[in-house]
Amino acid sequence: MSSALPPSELTGLTIAGALDGLAKREFSAVELAQAHLKAMEKHRDLNAYVVETPDKALAMAKASDERRAKGEALGALEGVPLAIKDLFCTDGVQTTAGSHILEGFKPPYESTVTANLWQAGAVMLGKVNMDEFAMGSSNLTSHFGGVTNPWRRKGDNKRLVPGGSSGGSASAVAARMALAATGTDTGGSIRQPAAFTGIVGIKPTYGRCSRWGIVAFASSLDQAGPMARSVKDCAIMLGAMAGHDPKDSTSVDLPVPDYTRALTGDVRGLRVGIPKEYRLDGMSAEIEKLWAQGAEWLKKAGAEIKEISLPHTKYALPTYYIIAPAEASSNLARYDGVRFGLRVPGESLDDMYEKTRAEGFGKEVRRRIMIGTYVLSAGYYDAYYLKAQKLRALIARDFETAFRDVDVILTPSTPSAAFAEGENTDDPVQMYLNDVFTVTVNLAGLPGISVPAGLNAEGLPLGLQLIGRAFDEETLFRVGGVLESSASFTAKPAGY
Amino acid sequence: MSLDSKTVAHIAMLARIKVPEAELPALAKELSGIMTWIEQLNEVDTTGVEPMAGVLHRNLPQREDKVTDGGYADRILLNAPDAAHGFFTVPKVVE
Repeated sequence: MSSALPPSELTGLTIAGALDGLAKREFSAVELAQAHLKAMEKHRDLNAYVVETPDKALAMAKASDERRAKGEALGALEGVPLAIKDLFCTDGVQTTAGSHILEGFKPPYESTVTANLWQAGAVMLGKVNMDEFAMGSSNLTSHFGGVTNPWRRKGDNKRLVPGGSSGGSASAVAARMALAATGTDTGGSIRQPAAFTGIVGIKPTYGRCSRWGIVAFASSLDQAGPMARSVKDCAIMLGAMAGHDPKDSTSVDLPVPDYTRALTGDVRGLRVGIPKEYRLDGMSAEIEKLWAQGAEWLKKAGAEIKEISLPHTKYALPTYYIIAPAEASSNLARYDGVRFGLRVPGESLDDMYEKTRAEGFGKEVRRRIMIGTYVLSAGYYDAYYLKAQKLRALIARDFETAFRDVDVILTPSTPSAAFAEGENTDDPVQMYLNDVFTVTVNLAGLPGISVPAGLNAEGLPLGLQLIGRAFDEETLFRVGGVLESSASFTAKPAGY
Repeated sequence: MSLDSKTVAHIAMLARIKVPEAELPALAKELSGIMTWIEQLNEVDTTGVEPMAGVLHRNLPQREDKVTDGGYADRILLNAPDAAHGFFTVPKVVE
């Protein structure tokens, strides 16, 4: 079988387009994988992949072609090559969470989400870079170095960050080095990088995807989701990732709908909320304009636009920066140099722990572990941790109240477009503000999707976010599909 | 909230992260900045609000109490920085 399409066209396909071409035998899964492996090699300067797994990719693609040739039952992602965020444990393939402390760690097991993807016929291209332990909004905290965003400002060659923490996933998908990628989102880690790179990313409802085998950051907030180049591709991939897993007691035993059927294009009569508290002081005119444009598109498609109030929005980030570090400080206690990863010898057991953790964790991770340790320590628990849990309840209640009047909420995904290394990165609190529009969704456990909606004056992509009711990803796909077709976002980073 | 070097040294000890004495003042300043920003939460009256630990409004399922996995110590120990005779090793803890 020889391909009718040149490799650059194979890497430019959507998942839906690739499935179609494979079904029509226009090309094979092996050819599709080879085209991507070539693109990965060509764009290594972006530092998106931490580990490339070409042998595995070709073997999996070959097995997929054989299943197809024999007329066996095919999965929903049969032959589709994917990049996997390095937070997902992959059997026998190094999994580091972007950290020195896990360098060399080869899990003897596979995460449930990736196992589901392989079960659906997908092909693994490799593991992609990320902020260390998913703590960051720029990918600059990775032990393996930052990732470059394939987008550049008009007339400026400065390298921009892809956002984070799923920065490698975003860069790989935007630069056509994977048809799609897995991401995880604790405070915006799928949606912010998706917006920064002009792709679609959805954080499903907490409990939709199993967390088993995903390196834990903040267990009450973490959720896996797909990042791809169209709303439909995300719908296809989430259907394969999601589902109940007895190994994660917080994964919900609900049927997984066929999300692609939600893409009806019909939003007539749907009530769309515009939260007034998301209109920040000093918000860029471009973001404000895009947001209004998004509302206008939906109105034109027959939806009803309503202003709503989410009064505790401004407290979401400080609430998050108590809860997430508190959970992280407990989750990361396991990295002690005994069972896996790095060990720095010490004179005593405690000395070994302290030296191992000082050397193994990067600056941002150490900072968050210490914040978490402090807010959980004797005498401070009530003042900080309990207070944050109460604020979290109020933030969740804001959404519950709002969803009595509206079916979906429209907001910008991020307060700015992608920035360069060195801009915006010196003050940790400034960096935390990247997640101002996304973090509320994690605290309330709701689903949120970012859809590319336009370019700013510098030629960089901007995204709009939709927030839905718990377990109503279908409405997000339906409305996201309308945003996508209204925006007709076809811009691509130059040279990819 | 302003954290002093002594408090930060205590937190570092609790977190089992070695912080060189010389780095304590700078770290104290940085953590104080974050904690001060966090303290805007005190503006909100949360009297009578139930704290929320997670978003799932249901009881977690319980499974039958039986062994469902395991029996591959060798594979587990492959990732150990140091192992001997089928065990993880640590520096001597009993004199």
